[in-house]
Amino acid sequence: MIDKRVATVEEALDGLGDGASVMVNGFGGAGVPVALIRGLEALPARDLTMISNSMRFIDGYGPAIFADRRVKKVIATAARSRGPDTSAFERQWLDGELQVEMVPQGTFAERMRAGGGGIPAFFTPTGAGTDLAVGKEVRRFGGEDCILEEAMVADFALIRGQRADRWGNIAFTGTQGNFGLVMAMAARTTVVEVAALETRHLAPDAIHIPGIYVERVIERADERDGRTP
Amino acid sequence: MTMPLSRDQIAWRAAQDLAEGMYVNLGLGMPVRVANFAPAGEEIMFHSENGIVGVGPVASEAAADPDLTDAGSQMITLVPGAALFESSQAFAMIRGGHLDVTILGGFEVAANGDLANWDARATHKGQLVGGAMDLVTGAKSVRVMMNHTTRDGGARLLQACTLPLTGLGMVDRVYTDLAVVDVTPDGFLVRELLDGLGPDELQDRSGAELAFAEEYGVLSAPAL
Repeated sequence: MIDKRVATVEEALDGLGDGASVMVNGFGGAGVPVALIRGLEALPARDLTMISNSMRFIDGYGPAIFADRRVKKVIATAARSRGPDTSAFERQWLDGELQVEMVPQGTFAERMRAGGGGIPAFFTPTGAGTDLAVGKEVRRFGGEDCILEEAMVADFALIRGQRADRWGNIAFTGTQGNFGLVMAMAARTTVVEVAALETRHLAPDAIHIPGIYVERVIERADERDGRTP
Repeated sequence: MTMPLSRDQIAWRAAQDLAEGMYVNLGLGMPVRVANFAPAGEEIMFHSENGIVGVGPVASEAAADPDLTDAGSQMITLVPGAALFESSQAFAMIRGGHLDVTILGGFEVAANGDLANWDARATHKGQLVGGAMDLVTGAKSVRVMMNHTTRDGGARLLQACTLPLTGLGMVDRVYTDLAVVDVTPDGFLVRELLDGLGPDELQDRSGAELAFAEEYGVLSAPAL
């Protein structure tokens, strides 16, 4: 019997150790796996590569991840905290201790989709001629300069959804989905926390992440407490 | 001279160029205010790059849902006909040329249409590129809203940008607190100028040569 349900965050994150690359979903506060971020914060894993649209959610819900200098590299479209203060991850980047790879958001999504879909690299005009194109191969298509972007994969993906079944099928609500599907495709171990683990199967025509991309599901109440970092 | 336009008035002016049936992405900050001033009675669909077509007004406290936000973390409502989807779709719409208009904030625009709007080289803050590079590359029309000069009075319309570029040669129109300026193959072309401000005075506040349309209009907006 296929059963991807796990009972504890420790089981959900089993195998996440030193040097792991970890994709974390979330955009605009929706789809952020707060319980799993806190679980990651409680682990001893170091030398992490954190891949997420915006670092402020990881830092907001799991501040020790950066404060304890456990991240060696960030791949993101936003590595800036709110407000005028300099956060721990910004300080580490400014001091040259943390590597930050800035990626245009569409390229960020597409690199994961490619990574999960068996496409090793693709050309795009996005970013051509900018600082983010430095060192990338350039070719012209349709009279337009395009840069070669490589696929991106990771060891883990951590995602928040609304409902799941034991087969790992996931349904989102509202704008939770964002990078969840492409992260699930691109990660070797995809873990999804949901508000409700259904005892029956989800309706097959209302599934946002097919369970084939998902390894573990866990039921966890919303831990945001109405706050957005 | 009439008072320079407020942020809301610049947004109002940008909104007057939107029309029935358009699909439009509004950037964080000033540009999202454009939706408040969309022409009444015309159906314009606002796209948000976190996965929405059909963004409606900000939600009331009672209706606010933290799982229904726009790209700027605002809890929003949806309009009838809205659709929700994941990020690779949100960006296929942008990159595949399906958006009619993107309106973004800017630091600098050059006479050749280059835009710098993502890295102000702050010495104490991290970087943030977001979806701007995709939006300027993919949208059919790229429009920028910004104050005409920096806080210190420095020009933002320039011969060449000094800050890191977001995209090359992509800007079509700039809305400022003083003027509406198109970017043409021959450089900047002023379409509207604030009442009481002379062409020479606008030129003095700009870092590249301005041409003026033969019958340029008066830039005005209602009190907001």
